[in-house]
Amino acid sequence: MFRKVARSYLFRRLIKALVTVFVMASLTFFLIRLMPGGPVEAYIANLVTQYNVSHQSATQQAASLFSLDLDAPVYQQYLEYLGNLVRGDLGESLVSRGVPVSKIVLSYLPWTLFSIGSALIISFSVGVFLGMIMAYKRESKLDHVLTNLGSMVSAIPDYIMGILIVVWIGVQWELVDITAMRGSLSPGIQPGFNLTFIGDALYHASLPILTYVLGTIGVWMLTMRGSTESTLGEDYVTVAKARGLKERRIATAYVGRNAALPPFTQLSISIALVFGGSLLIEWLYVYEGLGYVLYNSIQQRDYPVMQGVFLIITTMVILANLLADLLYSRLDPRIRVGGRD
Amino acid sequence: MASVTGESRYRDSAVGRFLAGFASTLKLMARNKVGFAGFLVVVTIVLVTFVGPIFVPLDETVRVSQIYKTPSLSYPLGTDSEGKGVLSQIIHGGRPILTIGYLAAVISTTIAVTLGSLGAFVGGRVDTGFTWLADMVLTIPQLPLLAVLAGVLSLNNKFAVAGLIGALFWPTLMRATRAQVLSLKERDYVESARALDLGTPHIVFREIAPNMAGYIAINFTLAVTTSMYAVVGLTLLGLVPLSENNWGVMLNLAWTRGAVFSKDSIWYIMAPIAAIALHQFGLVAMNRSLTEVFDPRLRRGA
Repeated sequence: MFRKVARSYLFRRLIKALVTVFVMASLTFFLIRLMPGGPVEAYIANLVTQYNVSHQSATQQAASLFSLDLDAPVYQQYLEYLGNLVRGDLGESLVSRGVPVSKIVLSYLPWTLFSIGSALIISFSVGVFLGMIMAYKRESKLDHVLTNLGSMVSAIPDYIMGILIVVWIGVQWELVDITAMRGSLSPGIQPGFNLTFIGDALYHASLPILTYVLGTIGVWMLTMRGSTESTLGEDYVTVAKARGLKERRIATAYVGRNAALPPFTQLSISIALVFGGSLLIEWLYVYEGLGYVLYNSIQQRDYPVMQGVFLIITTMVILANLLADLLYSRLDPRIRVGGRD
Repeated sequence: MASVTGESRYRDSAVGRFLAGFASTLKLMARNKVGFAGFLVVVTIVLVTFVGPIFVPLDETVRVSQIYKTPSLSYPLGTDSEGKGVLSQIIHGGRPILTIGYLAAVISTTIAVTLGSLGAFVGGRVDTGFTWLADMVLTIPQLPLLAVLAGVLSLNNKFAVAGLIGALFWPTLMRATRAQVLSLKERDYVESARALDLGTPHIVFREIAPNMAGYIAINFTLAVTTSMYAVVGLTLLGLVPLSENNWGVMLNLAWTRGAVFSKDSIWYIMAPIAAIALHQFGLVAMNRSLTEVFDPRLRRGA
């Protein structure tokens, strides 16, 4: 029984995810705490020289801010740091005094999840749909246009796309009011289940979503085109046709379902890319999500926030990957049965 | 004396052979028009950014009356917020970006190919370990990690930036290389080389490597594009304090000084974007030629 669980796909995938989170948490600890002249030392030195605080009380202040016991041996500090992480204690912000990092993270996280999540769903479904059409109408004019468009948008970095959108759509042609679209909500709008709120949230997220969609859709169009083309040559499709099944049913249940597997494996890479790219995109549009907070905390040298937000972004990416993998094992039964990666 | 002339003659013929090989490669590349155009674009950009600064001085005179001028004969790409010529900034601003981009690509390709082929050859625990490492690095959001590193360490050294980027962008190619080597290992000609006892170095460098060269070359160009993406992104955010003026810094200045929101600044903003985009498109297009150069089967078919 135990061996069966230990060898199962889910279990091994879970272990992998946990190890990755653990390694990243350790890396940030050693970067921030142990780097010679690193943030903790710099903070103490700054207090001593600038505010004439004694070294001892400066160390105490730093210890409480970073939630670390700086007198303890390093391994003990490390264990305590890990223990705090497990309890969700990420320390306190240096800039906004006394505000717990976990609170900051929680208030910005939904916006990033909302914009990235809807962008990925839109871009995956539209991309896969277009890819299928391209394969069905291959060598037609539509196919050539879409193939070229797809490879072009996938060659342009997402933030360059963002700059182009701001410069052309926002400033040169004045189609949208870029400055009014900043932030995650218009002033005075309260979160709630009503049309004004949802409409306003979509309005502010629309440009980031558009940018993420343009940045990822090309890959899915092109992989779906390729995989549909090869699926169309499979025997079971010929058999389905011979059985006289309706074209639409063949396209969805036989071709589409199988052809969508290769682009689906691209999903995990795209999740990491888009989450990472959100740092730049949110900065460009001044969209107040995690990427925006991360940028500000780096600028202000607010290390506890920086560390906390980075860890949360990493954890989110790993969780999303885990979810994508589990979904994939649902879609492709071979993975579950085979039990190998 | 005799040995010296003999040696120089040998070198002549080696140079000659190299030139002949180079010419035939060019001819092969020219067979694909799009690919060759891409190749020419990349070569032009690299030449202009590395050789151009010798001939074109960086325009550093402030001209208050010439702010955000549209292109003219004296300023082929217009002027910036201080009336300096944009073209000279573009010519001078490519070197740091391209250096880091290519250097990082060399680093990540080297790591990927080494770990991938080593894992596939040795197999067992080593292979499992490398694959785990690759999977792990792949799930790290790279840009935030680079940004955090830039915030903690002071990244004002080009080589450090290139090294960090290279250390993060290898997993995709590593997994692909591993799969390639695993399948090549089982091919008949590798089996026969093994049966003939030609030794591992021979098998690796004469039988397997030539079959992967094209694949690696193409992935190298893709690695250049992803590394450029990272460097420009970090400089755009102002997190890599590269002191020289470069394309990323130009974009950063346009953003932080609010030039983006002025309609007149369009030439100043579009110039670095065009330079970066042209280089990226050139590399992607060049791949079409590279596939033909490295795959003899495609050559005859064309």
